[in-house]
Amino acid sequence: MSTPPMPTTGLAMVRTLGLVAAVCGALVVAAYQGTLAAVEANRRQALERAVLQTVPGAVRMRAFVATQAGIVPAEGAPAAAGERFYAAYDARGRLLGIAAEAAAHGYAGEVRVLYAYDPAREAITGLTVVAHKETPGIGDKVMHDTAFQANFRALDARLNAQRTALANPIRVVRHGAKRAPWEIDAIAGATVTSRAVGKAVNASAQRLLPLLAAHLEALRQDAGKDGT
Amino acid sequence: MNTTRLELRTTPHIKAGRTVEQIMRAVLLTLVPVCAFAVWQYGLSALALIVTVSVACLASERLANRLRGEASTLGDWSAAITGVLLALSLPPGFPLWMGAVAGIVAIALGKALFGGLGHNVFNPALVGRAFVQAAFPAAITAWVPAYAPGRFAEFIPSTLTPPLMQPPEVSAWAQAAVDGFTGATPLARWKYDGVLTPATDFLAGSVAGSTGETGAVLILLGGLYLAARRYLDWRIPVAVLASAALAAWLFQLWAPERYPGPLFVLLSGGLMLGAVYMATDMVTSPVTPLGVWLYGALIGVLTVLIRYFGGLPEGVMYAILVGNALTPLIDQYTPPRAFGTGGGR
Amino acid sequence: MNAQPPRPTPLEEFLEGIWRQNPVFVMILGMCPVMAVTVSAVNALAMGLATTFVLTGSALLVSLLRHWVPREVRIATYIVIIASFVTVVDYLIQALSLQLYTALGAFIQLIVVNCIILGRAEAHASKNPPLPAVLNALGMGLGFAIGLLALGSVREILGAGRLFGLALFGADFQPWGVMVQPPGGFFVLGGWLLLFNWLKKRQGRLQPAR
Repeated sequence: MSTPPMPTTGLAMVRTLGLVAAVCGALVVAAYQGTLAAVEANRRQALERAVLQTVPGAVRMRAFVATQAGIVPAEGAPAAAGERFYAAYDARGRLLGIAAEAAAHGYAGEVRVLYAYDPAREAITGLTVVAHKETPGIGDKVMHDTAFQANFRALDARLNAQRTALANPIRVVRHGAKRAPWEIDAIAGATVTSRAVGKAVNASAQRLLPLLAAHLEALRQDAGKDGT
Repeated sequence: MNTTRLELRTTPHIKAGRTVEQIMRAVLLTLVPVCAFAVWQYGLSALALIVTVSVACLASERLANRLRGEASTLGDWSAAITGVLLALSLPPGFPLWMGAVAGIVAIALGKALFGGLGHNVFNPALVGRAFVQAAFPAAITAWVPAYAPGRFAEFIPSTLTPPLMQPPEVSAWAQAAVDGFTGATPLARWKYDGVLTPATDFLAGSVAGSTGETGAVLILLGGLYLAARRYLDWRIPVAVLASAALAAWLFQLWAPERYPGPLFVLLSGGLMLGAVYMATDMVTSPVTPLGVWLYGALIGVLTVLIRYFGGLPEGVMYAILVGNALTPLIDQYTPPRAFGTGGGR
Repeated sequence: MNAQPPRPTPLEEFLEGIWRQNPVFVMILGMCPVMAVTVSAVNALAMGLATTFVLTGSALLVSLLRHWVPREVRIATYIVIIASFVTVVDYLIQALSLQLYTALGAFIQLIVVNCIILGRAEAHASKNPPLPAVLNALGMGLGFAIGLLALGSVREILGAGRLFGLALFGADFQPWGVMVQPPGGFFVLGGWLLLFNWLKKRQGRLQPAR
């Protein structure tokens, strides 16, 4: 059974490794090809579910990228070319609002949210926490706390006269101290996480909304195209 | 035949040595007034909490004895002290079932697993408290006001929560019971709202806090008695309190508008209870003279740092646990010079 | 050549990883996923099955190739094989459920560095014919899955009041926050080790002949 160890030639090693790598490569490619369709469908579905949940009444959505030059559909646009967002439409193809992802550092890690923006009312109209690592029982209240969620039913997000930034930056205030429509009332005891949500939404809105403002009409027309 | 029994003994001839039981009994006795004051402040709920947690600790100790096949160690009173101290460090309206969990964890995890009294690395009561702090962060920060009118007739609503269930929200009850109650401890009010509670409120015990931490004067008296009887090392509480006061004073000197003074730091939260009764646990504190000072100073400074810069408003518990963890190291690096050695040039 | 110990029967081969050499409770191997993904029973089971898949697949391939792989490059070869199976299982989980994929996070890819897998490839699969190798790997994988499930169930029951997503105690249940955080993993693992060792000790007392 056991042959005395013989020095292996370099060629044999290369041959073995090459062969194994080829077999394994084929295995990986086959698995990738086999699952690609299902994976993509899953991705789309998860995102769509989140967007439709955040924009009330929406039944269909489409991804776009907003750049200085204009708005282009996300399919085919190079990644990281601009601000990505999702336009949500109702059954008749009317633009109901847009949704975008935002993220900021919370108490224990990144808090990622998806917020809805209604161009007609120039306000943020909904918010879903997509992912977080906050303390269960305290920070994770941002997911379901109804009083906190109420902040995002009509959060003022008007642009300034030059349309370069928000007229009033969105900010988080201490629990019970909300006075202006662009302020977010923090959850008592979960101020840090509340602040992270506000900071994320503000940063994203400051970047995205000015880009969006000039091209809203194009977005509305795209709805028709999408509907056919 | 006539035999005489000869007893040979070496010096010193102390008639009655101090035994573990004696010390523990004295510590427990000095805790009685603190408990009584807590019950006076919070009524039935405080009483039920103290009893439940103590029983949980005693039962766990007995069970550990049985599993190890050894004689009962309930007689050394240490499990009872753990129970009482643990109960005193929890909020008065803490659900009883969570209190029982804390007691079981304190003895099972904090003490029995290490091999019983004398072998534990951490103060068992604080282990129990740290566990429920991590497990039930919301319940352990639900404060209720002292001197509620009906406190001897009814329980705080959260006290009788059924096991495994969530306690009801007590803020509405608390506001109805005592007008103007904010539901926050003085430390939390200072940290999040910038409101300083006057010292007189602390002395009257009319602030929100853990069951036993608001009777600062009684705790201090108990500590003085124990120190006078040499049942606790007076240097530890002195080092803790002095270093905390010094740190607070330096911070205040640096930015008076931002940081409260030493008096507030000493009276608020569980510093007094921790310094006198928890940091002084003989098993988990250093034995060398220099080590004791270092240990106390570390706890005092850490407490202030955690309170000022940490995520939570109170830091005594973690400061003492860190001190416990460093105790072997402190002992190793501060050996007392044996008489007649070293120092030579 | 010295006399070899009797070859273990297929059943013994299979049972080795489940009881006598259980990766979680006896060998204490692969602790990263044990701690990190066992916050719920579903995650734990998925992780356990994914590991079983990689373990079994690589055991088969390593065993088949055992006469052709030169000693000098065997580790490299095993890692290439294991990494391929990990990639396959990564795609499979993505296709199955994106939610599960995000919950398991980087730990799927990290199966590649799980010491159980390389350890079994080196210690067992490379020295045995395909059938015993696969049986042994299957047992090891299932033993690992059982261990993960044991942790995941307790942590989900206490940490969320659910088991496999099913609410057990009603809406008023108080979740034990610490159980779904990393320290909870250590507490529960400690508890299981206590129980497992106690059982082993008792078993040893009952049949001292073994």
